[in-house]
Amino acid sequence: MSLAEHLNHIGPALILYIGAGVVLTADMFSGRAAPRWQLAVLALIGGLGWTYGLAMGDTRGEALGGAVRVDDFALFFSFLIIASTLAVVLSARQWTDSIERGAELYALMLISAASMVILAQANDLITIFIALETTSISQFVMAGLARTDRSAEAGLKYLLTGALSAAVLLYGFAFLFGMSGTTDLDGIADYLASAPEEQRLPLLLALVFVLAGFGFKMALAPFHAWVPDVYQGAPTVVSSFLSVASKAAGFAVALRLFYTGLGGGDTFLSEDWAMFVAVLAGLSMIFGNTGAILQTNAKRLLGYSSIAQAGNIAVGFAAVAAGSTIGPSGVMFFLGTYAATNLGAFIAVQAFAERTGSENIADFAGLPKRSPVLAVVLSLCLISLTGIPPTAGFIAKVYVFNGAVQTGHEWLIVLVAVAVVNTAISAFYYLRWLRTMWLDEAEDDSPIEVAPAVQAVLAAASIGVLFFGLWPAPLINAAQSAAETLL
Amino acid sequence: MPEIPAIDELTVTLAHYLVVSGLVFGIGIVVALAKRNAIAVLMGVELMLNAVNLTLLAFSRFSSAFAEGDEPLSGHAFVVFVLTVAAAEAAIALALAVLVYRRQETVDLDRVNLLRW
Repeated sequence: MSLAEHLNHIGPALILYIGAGVVLTADMFSGRAAPRWQLAVLALIGGLGWTYGLAMGDTRGEALGGAVRVDDFALFFSFLIIASTLAVVLSARQWTDSIERGAELYALMLISAASMVILAQANDLITIFIALETTSISQFVMAGLARTDRSAEAGLKYLLTGALSAAVLLYGFAFLFGMSGTTDLDGIADYLASAPEEQRLPLLLALVFVLAGFGFKMALAPFHAWVPDVYQGAPTVVSSFLSVASKAAGFAVALRLFYTGLGGGDTFLSEDWAMFVAVLAGLSMIFGNTGAILQTNAKRLLGYSSIAQAGNIAVGFAAVAAGSTIGPSGVMFFLGTYAATNLGAFIAVQAFAERTGSENIADFAGLPKRSPVLAVVLSLCLISLTGIPPTAGFIAKVYVFNGAVQTGHEWLIVLVAVAVVNTAISAFYYLRWLRTMWLDEAEDDSPIEVAPAVQAVLAAASIGVLFFGLWPAPLINAAQSAAETLL
Repeated sequence: MPEIPAIDELTVTLAHYLVVSGLVFGIGIVVALAKRNAIAVLMGVELMLNAVNLTLLAFSRFSSAFAEGDEPLSGHAFVVFVLTVAAAEAAIALALAVLVYRRQETVDLDRVNLLRW
């Protein structure tokens, strides 16, 4: 394989890394006059184009000595991550114009997104670790970028919890490596297929450590304490990036590790792993939803809501472990629709907060009169997050829960029951927000202006929410064919 | 006077390394969770990372999963990457700690609490 072929495999990430360098260089030479967001958008479109080219062509398989693997699964997440980053970058312009350091945000976001693309492709423990840390470290800096008291605090707290969880994850990796003698996921799978029963205990220990580390990235309880703090304190642009792209990458790498590395539902570990994920899923839904009820700050509420949603996704993940055939595609479909929904909600809150200077839910009163666009998009997204038809959130929940019930395990059916009760609890706070918005009178009813680029992103998000709610077949097919490459 | 065992009976095995690294990891995690000063938490995390390095190297040298004389280098390579990443993380952590200290005059995590409820 020639160098060009190797580079072709990691092209989408490469183009984003180069874009980050170009943005910083342009900023160095011409400062604020530099076309910062234009360059970032250009790099992201390049990344999307390259991913599309790979998806259409027949470039598949391992590259760089088995460190990365290009398959439909990686390309699905590559699309998802780059497209969500594009939406965030398009809506970030107003905020970056208002602070001293704008170029750094774009550069860090590109680096972080590129590493997430690598993470989705990673096929080796070392690659996973480096890509995970590169995304995380750029996110720590982004969270502290606003230089306000709250932003700095969010950055520090995110970093300390992030570093702690990375160390725990690594300890798990060290044991996986020690038992199997290789860092290659396929090699680990080979070892597990013939592992003697007495090695079960150390392997279980490694599994618990690894899941704890990934649980942090996926924002699952009990590793969720950072989420509300960071989402509230970090700049909203960064919060929306974290809630969508970062979570997708976390689930992508966890799915691949457990499918390719730990042999899917076939080894003697799968039952324990399914149980463990199921407990995390249940805890996340309960902690997320009960925490959200008390919140008055919109970003903090969305933070708790994203913990609960991670729990919903983890129900699908537990089903994967228990041998559900539609489990992996359910997780992927959920992440796809969740990206559109959560981006819409976060960007609407951001547009509101930038004009009014308030993130309090009470101040959303009378929004339909002040800005019909924001009110309609936000309502649609909240309805989708609750899981009410005809939105994508409804289909996603039904799909994931169906996968869990299909396995026929009693404890998974109990988990789905917990999830359904939690959906009812979540309806309480989502719909309360809607009621405030539509029924309460505004104290100040001056109109809120929304920039054209933001309007375009919001329109795209709401079209996604409605389209996949009414006609989910294309996304389901894409998720299924991508999931097949894992099996 | 107790009898001193001969040197060749004192072979250091994989288990010794694993116990030591397990202890260091445990101390690190307790420090990281119990200390309220951001810098002390960071020191705990560094201990944990070093325990991981020791584990990786010990496995790389001793593990029975490898054929005789076939020590894989990926364990050693892993350690180099862990060291590099730990350094990068510490640099960012100290920068953020300085930023917080300048604004709030403390890095005590119990008093850095604008974000709560």
